[in-house]
Amino acid sequence: MAIIDQESKKHVKESLIKGVRYDGRKKDEFRPIEIRTGFLTTAEGSAHVKCGETEVIAGVKMAMEKPYADTPDQGILMVGAELLPFSNPKYESGPPDAVAIEVARVIDRGIRESKSLDNKRLCIKAGEKVWTINVDICPLNDDGNLIDIGSMAAVAAILNARFPCVENDKVNYKKKTDEPVPIHRIPIAITVIKIGSNLIVDPTELEEQALDARLTVTTIDDGRLCSIQKGGMGTLSIEEIDKMIDLAVHKSSEIRKLIKQE
Amino acid sequence: MDYNKRLDGRDFDELRPMEAKAGVIKKADGSAYFRMGNTVAYAAVYGPREMFPKFMQNPKKGVLRCNYNMMPFSGAGERVRPGPGRRSKEISAVTDKALGAVVDLIDSPNAVVDVYIELPQTDAGSRCCGINAAAIALADAGIPMRDLVSAVAVGHAGNKICVDLDYQEEHLPEFLEGLDDHDVADIPVAIIPSTGEISLLQMDGIVPKEVLMKALHKAKDAAMKVNEVQRAALREKFASHIAENGNSDSDNSYNENGYSNDADATAQEDTDGI
Repeated sequence: MAIIDQESKKHVKESLIKGVRYDGRKKDEFRPIEIRTGFLTTAEGSAHVKCGETEVIAGVKMAMEKPYADTPDQGILMVGAELLPFSNPKYESGPPDAVAIEVARVIDRGIRESKSLDNKRLCIKAGEKVWTINVDICPLNDDGNLIDIGSMAAVAAILNARFPCVENDKVNYKKKTDEPVPIHRIPIAITVIKIGSNLIVDPTELEEQALDARLTVTTIDDGRLCSIQKGGMGTLSIEEIDKMIDLAVHKSSEIRKLIKQE
Repeated sequence: MDYNKRLDGRDFDELRPMEAKAGVIKKADGSAYFRMGNTVAYAAVYGPREMFPKFMQNPKKGVLRCNYNMMPFSGAGERVRPGPGRRSKEISAVTDKALGAVVDLIDSPNAVVDVYIELPQTDAGSRCCGINAAAIALADAGIPMRDLVSAVAVGHAGNKICVDLDYQEEHLPEFLEGLDDHDVADIPVAIIPSTGEISLLQMDGIVPKEVLMKALHKAKDAAMKVNEVQRAALREKFASHIAENGNSDSDNSYNENGYSNDADATAQEDTDGI
């Protein structure tokens, strides 16, 4: 396996020198994206995103809980992601490792820092009861770009979610209301990777293995940035960061349209 | 209103007072202490040494393994539960990448260089302070590096770009009433001083791209000042080492048997007056 990986990495880099990605895509081209929502009966909101061979599902579960002490009148949003071993043989069972933690935290921060959720409207009784919105992202097949695709699934699931009915102070998960989650912005995460002097979006797993560095940029609807994370052992110059942000902002508006259509 | 005067009186381009010392943990192969205002970090380097667990060994080159940890009493509010939480693991991972960009472990296959970063007191900017200490510690340990790494967190608060945010500035709307702009951004950056390349970049908070680019340029300038403090700490350690122990050629206090030169005289005094 190792020898094949080395040859493949070489092939990826050499194709890029000739300006071609090994699957024929342009450097700024995403794989074909399919989004489906509202297909899980047990979740308050759900989304399935397929981008090339990478497939991710995200589900939203809501509950009424005590608020945090320092924000007594605000609801709580939690975004989690687990890299499941069945989605890629390189993941092992057990507690999440640094890679899994980074994916989860980058997606969570992208959504949280965008301040898209009107947390105060999730308050039921200040100091006592607020809605908590838990979004969990589960990859079904990992062929690269889990951060972007996981984030798309999470946002689509939040948009799809409807509050469950509350009867006698208890949640009745079997009945849903028509009320959507109060979200007024759509944060989109786009990861740009650098291989040599090439900047490309939506890397496959193989391209990820060949990367020198990566920059995940999350933007909100008006083009402002709300979260950035640099990864990879290589470095980036300020000029490269400038170009990568431009590319990310440009792609994010395309992706945002796709999610809004759902 | 805008943010016109920083809460602690600093200029917007001014870092907090810094202090650094190399070789503070004697058991370690290399170590350092770095302080930025009220944020304090210790770093200890052990290695190159054999890598355990064995399956993590890389037969082609050594591995850098960074571990960032906040001591339980180091947080601004409540006690921090000991043990690696998700935040610490992520910071450890980005620290690996920040330092891995300059370290060259091609001559240490199957080995690991462990870098432990421990913070007894934090006031924002802890991952940057940790990276600054770790860079000195790696140099102190003699790990081959192409340059030090210098890190600083810049921010955007109250419409101004502030260098080296402290905890209050990170939460400015809580500490300054009547602030127009509630969007505070926190941007930790690590730079390789000789080339200006960036090896760590994260951002939380809402900013237009132009503000981020300006902030990066300010970070670069500020990182050069951090770098001066790091280099001074290393110079100080190695200069004092030479001053204390001298050159063996010019040290006359030892006689040829390895004893102090006046040892014979002392022995004679003891035998008097029995």
